[in-house]
Amino acid sequence: MYDVVIIGAGVTGTACARELSRYQAKICVLEKEEDLCCGTSKANSAIVHAGYDAREGSLKAKLNVRGNEMMEQLAQELDFPFKRNGSLVICLHEEDFPRLKILYERGIKNGVKDLRILDREQVKEMEPNISDQAYAALYAPTAGIVCPFGMNIAFGENAAVNGVEFYFNTEVKGIRRREEGWELSTSRGSFRGKWIVNGAGVYADRFHNMVSREKIHITARRGEYCLLDHSAGKHVSHTIFALPGKYGKGILAAPTVHGNLLLGPTAIDTEDKEGTCTTREGLDQVLEKAGMNVKNLPMRQVITSFAGLRAHEDGDDFMIGEPEDAPGFLDCAGIESPGLTAAPAIGEMAAGILKEKMGLKEKTDFISTRKGILDPKTLEKEAYRKLIKEQPAYGNIICRCEKITEGEILDAIHRPLGARSLDGIKRRTRAGMGRCQSGFCAPRTMEILARGLKVDMSEITKSGGRSRIIEGINKDSL
Amino acid sequence: MENYEIVVIGGGPAGLAAAIAAKQNGMEKVLILERDRELGGILNQCIHNGFGLHTFKEELTGPEYAERFIHLAQQAGVEYRLNTMVMDISPDKKITALNRAEGLLEIQAEAVILAMGCRERSRGALNIPGYRPAGIFSAGTAQRLVNMEGYLPGREVVILGSGDIGLIMARRMTLEGANVKVVAELMPYSGGLKRNIVQCLDDFDIPLKLSHTVIDIKGKERVEGVTLAQVDEKGRPVPGTEEEYSCDTLLLSVGLIPENELSREMGVELNPVTSGPQVNESLETSVDGVFACGNVLHVHDLVDFVSEEAEAAGRHAADYIRKKRKDQTEVKRTEALSEIEQVPLLTGAGVRYTVPSFIRPEQMEDSLKVRFRVGKVYRNCYVNVYFNEEQIIHKKRPYAAPGEMEELTLKKEQLTEFPGLKKITISMEEA
Amino acid sequence: MEKRYLTCIGCPMGCALTVTLNGKEVVSVEGNTCKRGKVYGEQEVISPVRTVTTTVVVEGGNLPAVSVKTRTDIPKEKIFDCIRVLKKVRVPAPVRTGQTILCDAAGTGVDIIATKTVESR
Repeated sequence: MYDVVIIGAGVTGTACARELSRYQAKICVLEKEEDLCCGTSKANSAIVHAGYDAREGSLKAKLNVRGNEMMEQLAQELDFPFKRNGSLVICLHEEDFPRLKILYERGIKNGVKDLRILDREQVKEMEPNISDQAYAALYAPTAGIVCPFGMNIAFGENAAVNGVEFYFNTEVKGIRRREEGWELSTSRGSFRGKWIVNGAGVYADRFHNMVSREKIHITARRGEYCLLDHSAGKHVSHTIFALPGKYGKGILAAPTVHGNLLLGPTAIDTEDKEGTCTTREGLDQVLEKAGMNVKNLPMRQVITSFAGLRAHEDGDDFMIGEPEDAPGFLDCAGIESPGLTAAPAIGEMAAGILKEKMGLKEKTDFISTRKGILDPKTLEKEAYRKLIKEQPAYGNIICRCEKITEGEILDAIHRPLGARSLDGIKRRTRAGMGRCQSGFCAPRTMEILARGLKVDMSEITKSGGRSRIIEGINKDSL
Repeated sequence: MENYEIVVIGGGPAGLAAAIAAKQNGMEKVLILERDRELGGILNQCIHNGFGLHTFKEELTGPEYAERFIHLAQQAGVEYRLNTMVMDISPDKKITALNRAEGLLEIQAEAVILAMGCRERSRGALNIPGYRPAGIFSAGTAQRLVNMEGYLPGREVVILGSGDIGLIMARRMTLEGANVKVVAELMPYSGGLKRNIVQCLDDFDIPLKLSHTVIDIKGKERVEGVTLAQVDEKGRPVPGTEEEYSCDTLLLSVGLIPENELSREMGVELNPVTSGPQVNESLETSVDGVFACGNVLHVHDLVDFVSEEAEAAGRHAADYIRKKRKDQTEVKRTEALSEIEQVPLLTGAGVRYTVPSFIRPEQMEDSLKVRFRVGKVYRNCYVNVYFNEEQIIHKKRPYAAPGEMEELTLKKEQLTEFPGLKKITISMEEA
Repeated sequence: MEKRYLTCIGCPMGCALTVTLNGKEVVSVEGNTCKRGKVYGEQEVISPVRTVTTTVVVEGGNLPAVSVKTRTDIPKEKIFDCIRVLKKVRVPAPVRTGQTILCDAAGTGVDIIATKTVESR
């Protein structure tokens, strides 16, 4: 019997797991995919929002601002990439200026610090590649960018080190109330828990509706993105938003913490909770609309495109709390933008609720820090030399484009909740994320994975399940 | 800090030929830095035959062609380091490289020859929509798995792109037991050699669909199928022409891009058409003493021409060092160099690019091979060369196509004897 | 009279050839621009030949497979027979370029030789 069973190892589930791991409790996380960070958390804008978008008084507004405040220290404690690069909301036409003003005022009410409205000249000075049509902009210096994989994986690893058990490839099929707590039937047997935390992203409505008569409905809102190479990474230095419309914040252009340029997302509602396909119309729209606010975008530098699904709940706000008719079940549902920003605050809030309700006691041996995968490129030359002498794998470059060494890949495999697939390696180390999109390094990374996991090359997958890379050996069917 | 006369970045066919030529032209210390575990570059995975007809007058496979050059390099006393990744080259030719055994290396070169080759365009560069499952490979990645490691990446295959790698892989996958269902080509013509179309597709009844592209990829874990559609003149899919193919694998052979990240970082000027460095008649880039050859300069179709071009680069790099030493003992050369007249080589009608981009007539050898590519398929056409506005060459060609690199020869005296030469233009003319 | 339609592989022009056959005898080759087209057309309809390149499993090598080829051209219809007899072949490392891997593959009278050197692990 677990004290807490968390459904979902995305950023919400792992943020909750990490915060709960401060307390004396037996906790597990159930994840249907093979790894951390496989759903919405892996495909989003990677933005730390300032907090002027959400309606004042909403949970979104409150947790956005709180999450933003927490980010700096958390990024230090858990060693994931985060940068406060500031954001600009571009107002192209004078007649839209009142809408920019509303945004500004809402931000002030939400408690966003240092907001300013800039005129065209000020904007151009700050960002020379902004459209010449720009009339004004809302500048939020507190906005930032973060590595979503880095944050999610850091939460997960730190939670695991503090005793949280993770079960991957474990899909929850049903939830039944027991005399004490709950029973969850899964694809890998049944689990018992006194409490359940529902961090299931686009599936959160499914689990909520299993235990409560107050039904909720989550729409998977697809967002398509294009990622540009490092050579385009300095085209803008701030995150550039369009003035928001009905379906979210429009198409943005943002540098990433790793020096790429990200364009997107679109917003298409779908009922397919796995519908992460991109479409011709969507990608065209990304390229067209990103170009409205930012000029001379080097579209030839696109290296990949992808789509993510936001978990949009009909009530248009985060739902964090117990349904009235399902005590012992804590929803963290409807976590769409600014969910990534808010994740630390969601974890804090969820843990706070459970602490109070369950009377949880703090551990004395909680480990609050975690070291990420060492990037030897950040070392001084002498330190790098010494490292290679001790561990020659750090002298062996595997991914040419991102210059990732065998040492980093081995670290990714052997650390807590280590990578088991090419995508797992990619999210942890960036090997395969560069301009050749793993064309050169995939066979070599597969070899290292096979050695590290002690399996045959043919067992290596892109992302678990049936996603094997190799189908057979030469002539085997002849 | 180690010191070398010439450091060659990359040990594929270009790097090998350049290093050998440098040694043969009197250089003592020539070093190749190769990131892979063996010399030979991409030739090691090109196990089909058809290499070497120009160079060795016989037909060899890729590994055999590479091995001949590796032997020549060893005989010539070229030094090399394997598994060594160049991280940075400074404009004053200080190279930082990395390997397991020696850690971070710093090497000072008198001249550098860039021979890093090219990479394949990925799906992202085409923005092909759909899911992102396992089973989507660039043709070269599949080629490595099949030809060097003996692994079959898939059983039911659709190939996008009918360049030579796509065609060759259609045959290789077929011979290893896969069912290659179709090869689709965005353009109205194939970029591959006729011989490959006949022997890689026709021999095995694999259909080639021209003016077609992939508009959707299905399958969430492994590829389950793709949708092809015909495209119009602008490359846009034509509604109503969609066809579904069930398959577990999509191979992409959609173009090659010179790998010039190192070059760009050290300030080498690049040609936006080729994505390779702008070079003069000596294959020297905009950075003094830095030369380029092979696919890092512009993508070739035949390795024989890579070897030939690289040999010239090696020779010129050796010349550069010799002249520099001589100048240091005699007069200062720096002022003199900037005064040397550069004649731009311009692209006229129908010509996409030329290599070189500049010629310094006084620095030319007796003759110079100019390589260029045309923008479309021509039957019965003329290649014209103009000095200023005057037509100097008017040469009939029965056939020219974007997939076939063209070449022509300019004589040194033609240039030096032409009064007031300001520019040279190459253009195509329909007969 | 039988007509066969081919693409000449002699050069990039890729002339569309029409070869007219009377039984096993070539009556005419049409559509070629040069003499090479005629020679190719005749050869290709009477006895088409190909060089086959593939891989063979290596035991104890630093690579799991070695590339091989037929030493000379073989009849086109024997391509898959050649591939099939190589399916079960295992060669111990080291393998040297030019080394004979299999004699008289599939009754063609042509040997299979290695095209690459693979060292022992």
